[in-house]
Amino acid sequence: MSSTPTGANTTPMQKAAADAAVPAIAIPITLRINGEEYSLRLDPRTTLLDCLRETVTLTGTKKGCDHGQCGACTVHVNGLRVLSCLSFAAVHDGDEITTIEGLGTPDTMHPMQEAFFTHDAYQCGYCTSGQIMSAVALLKEPCGPDDAEVKELMSGNICRCGAYGNIVAAIQAVRRRT
Amino acid sequence: MHSFEFTRPADQAAAISTAAQSKTAQQGADVRFLGGGTTLIDLMKLNVEAPSRVLDINRLPLDKIEDTPDRGLMIGATSRNSALAYHPKVQRDYSVLSQAILQGASAQIRNMATVAGNLLQRTRCVYFRDTAMACNKREPGTGCPAITGHNRTLAILGASEHCIATNPSDMCVAMAALEATIHVTGPKGSREIPFGDFYLLPGDTPHIETVLEPGDLITHVTLPPPIPGSKQVYLKLRDRASYEFALASAAVVLTIASGKITHARIALGGIGTRPWRSPDAEQVLTGSAESESNFRRAAEEALRGAKPQSENGFKIELAKRCLTHALRTAVS
Repeated sequence: MSSTPTGANTTPMQKAAADAAVPAIAIPITLRINGEEYSLRLDPRTTLLDCLRETVTLTGTKKGCDHGQCGACTVHVNGLRVLSCLSFAAVHDGDEITTIEGLGTPDTMHPMQEAFFTHDAYQCGYCTSGQIMSAVALLKEPCGPDDAEVKELMSGNICRCGAYGNIVAAIQAVRRRT
Repeated sequence: MHSFEFTRPADQAAAISTAAQSKTAQQGADVRFLGGGTTLIDLMKLNVEAPSRVLDINRLPLDKIEDTPDRGLMIGATSRNSALAYHPKVQRDYSVLSQAILQGASAQIRNMATVAGNLLQRTRCVYFRDTAMACNKREPGTGCPAITGHNRTLAILGASEHCIATNPSDMCVAMAALEATIHVTGPKGSREIPFGDFYLLPGDTPHIETVLEPGDLITHVTLPPPIPGSKQVYLKLRDRASYEFALASAAVVLTIASGKITHARIALGGIGTRPWRSPDAEQVLTGSAESESNFRRAAEEALRGAKPQSENGFKIELAKRCLTHALRTAVS
């Protein structure tokens, strides 16, 4: 796989990836990730998750089960939350993709990131980026006011540490404020 | 995952003519249409599916959800499960469908999965997903280890000595009760397939799950005009409260006048090798009073002939209580 970011901030890792071997069946695709355009050549087997982590080196999105069962890989595509592990990157040519890196920074956190921090809504943190991407999408989805409805719409994000109580509290705090 | 060629057909005709080159549209198909990918990509990662060509049909203009001239509903093949579940007309007139979809999978998967992909999600079990094990569906003639193995969640209706896998769809149970029609275009033209004729019992060919032939493309599904005043319920019973397949589910569409049931459509999920409509239960209910004893009688009819495996005998009574409770909820 190779990447040729056309944005101004090409990192050394992105340049190194561009030199890697490209299979003969590789196809050109353009992704807009966190507002930046990336022109890539990818093996069609490349999932959006592997493209984000390995090609574009945005490693905030996590690989848990890699089979659509855990939600750790949740990102937004054209504003909707999806599982990047069950999606080929090639399908998303021209799509607008948002990852946890596009949501906020340590200095200017998204309100949901801030709420996860203040509510201690994680322990190991591995599922957290997926939880937050799901939670941010949930803000715009039809969801009733009760905790039970939040739990139902968050059921695709598994937390093995069991931080669920604080995750729901964090989400509800943001929902009450907006 | 095996290597494949990825293309995006320019139009429906190109998609169909390429797919028609596959020897089969069933297990082992050489050419696969790609919708949301939530089943196909999972199975390709497991090497259970290994198409040499994948046709991305997501950008064909097949994602509309709109009224039909007879005031029914046309649901485009690539419309997303979440778009269908939250569609105002579906929530108002076909609420059993909205309820079923929203009790299936997770929010992320519902945003990805297409309606046609849900129709074609594989009837499957853990042995089908594991290439280290025998499986008549994956490799015909190798045997069915589920029959002597883990079968707690598997089928009690429609199974054969060759396959006892359950159809896992919730959406399909509601569509069976709503008497949907599946519209297919293939190399020989277009045809309409009543929902009840679309899925095949496993018999001795469990690798053939539907009537689809090479090149057949589901273009849309239609629902008949809504039944005024009908009461609709989808009830799903499962091991976890959310994001879990049904152990038993029931879709119920009832119309009641002067204390009598004038129209009944009943389908069950989680217990059959295909979405399981029950004309026998419908017959018991139609013309009957809305009473607990009639509900139980309908449930007995629906599960008549159910055959338990070594671990799932409990599903027979569970399914009966599921249907009885769904009927009770519908009339309350």
